[in-house]
Amino acid sequence: MSDAKPAASPHANLKIMNRFELTQRLVSHLHHDEAVIGGIGNTNFDLWACGQRPQNFYMLGSMGLACPIALGVALAQPSRRVLALEGDGSLLMQLGSLTTIAMLRPKNLAIIVMDNGCYQITGGQKTTTAASADIVAMARGAGIMQSSWAANEHMFESLVIRALSEDGPSLIAARIDDKPAVATTERDPALIRDRFMRGLGVKG
Amino acid sequence: MLEASSKRPDQSSGTAKPWHAVIHDTLKANEVRLVTYVPDRVLTPLIRSLHADDHFTAFATTREEEALGILAGAWMGGMRGALLMQTSGFATLPNALASLAVPYQIPLLMFISERGTLGEFNLGQAMVCRTMRPVLDALGIEQHTITRLDELEFIVDRSIRQAVATQAPCALILSPLLTGGKRFTG
Repeated sequence: MSDAKPAASPHANLKIMNRFELTQRLVSHLHHDEAVIGGIGNTNFDLWACGQRPQNFYMLGSMGLACPIALGVALAQPSRRVLALEGDGSLLMQLGSLTTIAMLRPKNLAIIVMDNGCYQITGGQKTTTAASADIVAMARGAGIMQSSWAANEHMFESLVIRALSEDGPSLIAARIDDKPAVATTERDPALIRDRFMRGLGVKG
Repeated sequence: MLEASSKRPDQSSGTAKPWHAVIHDTLKANEVRLVTYVPDRVLTPLIRSLHADDHFTAFATTREEEALGILAGAWMGGMRGALLMQTSGFATLPNALASLAVPYQIPLLMFISERGTLGEFNLGQAMVCRTMRPVLDALGIEQHTITRLDELEFIVDRSIRQAVATQAPCALILSPLLTGGKRFTG
């Protein structure tokens, strides 16, 4: 056994915030019909609870695909800002997608990760970010150099404003508590897709 | 509007255009612009020609599910795409098909290079191949196995049109009878 000390927690100086509150702050900065892809579960439930913009897409399955879907929208509509809103468990399932995003470097794409270190919706089992895995370090390792932890709400908003105005891709991660979402999304996939396409101006 | 291919499958193989050139040209004629793939030896000439044509944005992804997600987003953003993969890659997709492409009515176009049959040398490939058509059938996804060059353009062209018109995924299985497959060299 090595007698090296375990590495200091990557989350040591980060305030534990609340997903619904952060999502409200995020949505308050969306003034240009930005597309938002809400990942499976609590992430899109809280997005739904913040008001149903037609430019929001709510996932009801396909865990891990918020970043790939957002990348697809960003490639199809390069003049629109696109945000992927994802949880730690989901992102861990499709980490390779960060390397694809880094390779393509879409200027209009930002990723926001709500990291509670657990699979909250299935009973709070720990994810690997509850141990030593560091979302921001992994994103930088993938090649997304504009990746930052939001240490508090004020910093989260500053990073969001920057992600919406400067060239991407970028990633913002926030440590959040283990509270469930405050509402649940309407579960009608065809309706969600149709509204989203109209919100993006693809269907009249 | 583009005119549907009216050419009936011609049983006499007169044209010299290889299968990958037919797929390339038919994708282009149907305004498919984005191609995501996890590579396969048999698909290599097609992948190469797509990369060489500025009409297409083509890139490899780390998993087939990721490639599917990108195409779903692009479709909703107004861009048509196609996913290229091997039989074993298709086997990683049922959850993403059942929870994204099918219920959200995404006209996902899949080209699957068929391994596992007609001279397969890897038992694992042969096993996974047997799961492919039952999965497609269980999900009610339109599927065609293409064996003949003279039917290729017709099937690809009509399948793209049907996928878009009916907002439904479609799987086009490229048989070794069409592509030559991968040869056992050991």
